[in-house]
Amino acid sequence: MQAYLKLDHIDKTFTRGNATTEVLKDINLTIAKGEYVSIIGHSGCGKSTLLNIVAGLTDCTQGCVLLENREVNSPGPDRAVVFQNHSLLPWLTVYENVKLGVDKVFASSKSRAEREAWVMHNLNLVQMANAKDKRPSEISGGMKQRVGIARALAMEPKVLLLDEPFGALDALTRAHLQDSVMALHQKLGNTILMITHDVDEAVLLSDRIVMMTNGPSARIGEVLEVPLARPRKRLELATNPGYLKCRQRVLEFLYERHRFVEAA
Amino acid sequence: MSMPAIKAEATAVAVTTTPPAAAAPVVTMTPKQPPRAEKYAKVAKETAVRVVPPLVVVALLMLFWELVCRRTGSTLPPPSKVFKDTKELILDPFFDNGGIDKGLFWHLSASLQRVAYGYSIAAIVGIALGTLVGQSVWAMRGLDPLFQVLRTIPPLAWLPLSLAAFRDGQPSAIFVIFITSVWPIIINTAVGIRNIPQDYRNVAAVVQLNPLEFFSKIMIPAAAPYIFTGLRIGIGLSWLAIVAAEMLIGGVGIGFFIWDAWNSSHISEIILALFYVGIIGFVLDRVIAGLGKIVTRGTSAS
Ligand SMILES: Nc1ncnc2c1ncn2[C@@H]1O[C@H](COP(=O)(O)OP(=O)(O)O)[C@@H](O)[C@H]1O
Ligand SMILES: [Mg+2]
Repeated sequence: MQAYLKLDHIDKTFTRGNATTEVLKDINLTIAKGEYVSIIGHSGCGKSTLLNIVAGLTDCTQGCVLLENREVNSPGPDRAVVFQNHSLLPWLTVYENVKLGVDKVFASSKSRAEREAWVMHNLNLVQMANAKDKRPSEISGGMKQRVGIARALAMEPKVLLLDEPFGALDALTRAHLQDSVMALHQKLGNTILMITHDVDEAVLLSDRIVMMTNGPSARIGEVLEVPLARPRKRLELATNPGYLKCRQRVLEFLYERHRFVEAA
Repeated sequence: MSMPAIKAEATAVAVTTTPPAAAAPVVTMTPKQPPRAEKYAKVAKETAVRVVPPLVVVALLMLFWELVCRRTGSTLPPPSKVFKDTKELILDPFFDNGGIDKGLFWHLSASLQRVAYGYSIAAIVGIALGTLVGQSVWAMRGLDPLFQVLRTIPPLAWLPLSLAAFRDGQPSAIFVIFITSVWPIIINTAVGIRNIPQDYRNVAAVVQLNPLEFFSKIMIPAAAPYIFTGLRIGIGLSWLAIVAAEMLIGGVGIGFFIWDAWNSSHISEIILALFYVGIIGFVLDRVIAGLGKIVTRGTSAS
């Protein structure tokens, strides 16, 4: 497999005063171009920390992140992030939120008119063009998340990083957005690294599922290939034996071998 | 567009809404538009509800004051006498007989000008220093204790020092305004900057905003509600300080007007001046609050 994004022996230790916690231990992961990889694990095991390290928002203690064989250790639009709580800037309209990134990334490569058209193109992709002049406080949670996705896509990232993008949404909205993301992945062929704690979501969307053990010192416990053909249809998969088998594997990992132990 | 699920839903919605849409015109025609007069009546009523109670209270207080101060030998004039004594000042605020013998308009505008200078400098310096203190841990450690001590010094205590430094009333008064109003602006700005959610910083980092863009596009709008709280406290303090400072520096200005009136025992003029000072202080506060409301539109709700 051709490595596109590579996490090489990553350790992360947080130091606060003289208390140190080792959160991640020896994380190795190789992701190919166009692949959709999910990271699943119990709450607090260090998923967000790992994603932030890939995004460059957090420094790792050991190891490195390689994108196209080049080390990346500061944040940048080539690894755009969709945050769990949307993180839209409330004083900007939907359009301006997307444009903020576009104006920076394509400052020299696109003309003003081209940038404006590109913002609208991306809002169209997530079907939010109609709400372009609304402020984040005026749209629903699902719509905010769509705009967050548009903002990330509009930067034409090499890798799209999603941190529990649907975690705060109700089940119907969530299904809706999962379908949208699947369709976008199909259409644009992005390389996606997504964090989730939802087993069905992981199996439905991913090519591979990375299962993390509980922290502290969380490792990658197991990596599962999801050999289901695309495009995938939610309803048809519900009875698909391959789907059920994958689901079973993840459930077993999470709830038998690595049961969540409430921190005492 | 390759989003079957969403498309399907969109058409489904369209289908279900079609019949009511067809019937809609009939429905909207039936309730007549409320006549214009009715709308005005409603607005008038709402205004009345807000304006009438304070008017009643003021009228009662005036009555009380009139009754108390009407007795012979009372040290303060009743409102009727105040009005009679100051009628000329009220009716002609624009006269100018040279020196400090000017209409109230000139005194007030001189005071407002000093406040405008001092306060503008305080706003710029306050926001800049507040940003520094809010953004940098070391700046905070170094400067915060200093600020906390300096801000407790009463405004007038600075006046002799600034007179010694500037050797002139005008810049000294402006300095006193500045030094009085700058602390709440610094402190509130710093709190606002410190409270910028990590998410916004992350967004800025991913987009790779440079420090200047980060300042103007993230920091200022994110901290705007806090900054305006500081600005509002600041304008109130400036107005408090200017009257006191002008009493001491003399010249044209509402503060010295009051002091001068006291020296010539024109108690009615003092009362009139206090009335103007109060109204202008109130208006200044409203102006900054209104400005804040316009600027922070949408910022507070997330
Ligand atoms: N800045 C930090 N300082 C210290 N500990 C942290 C910090 N950020 C996260 N942690 C710790 O790292 C662990 C993993 O956190 P996180 O990556 O957010 O987990 P997850 O996203 O899987 O729920 C948690 O135990 C958390 O307390
Ligand atoms: Mg998390």
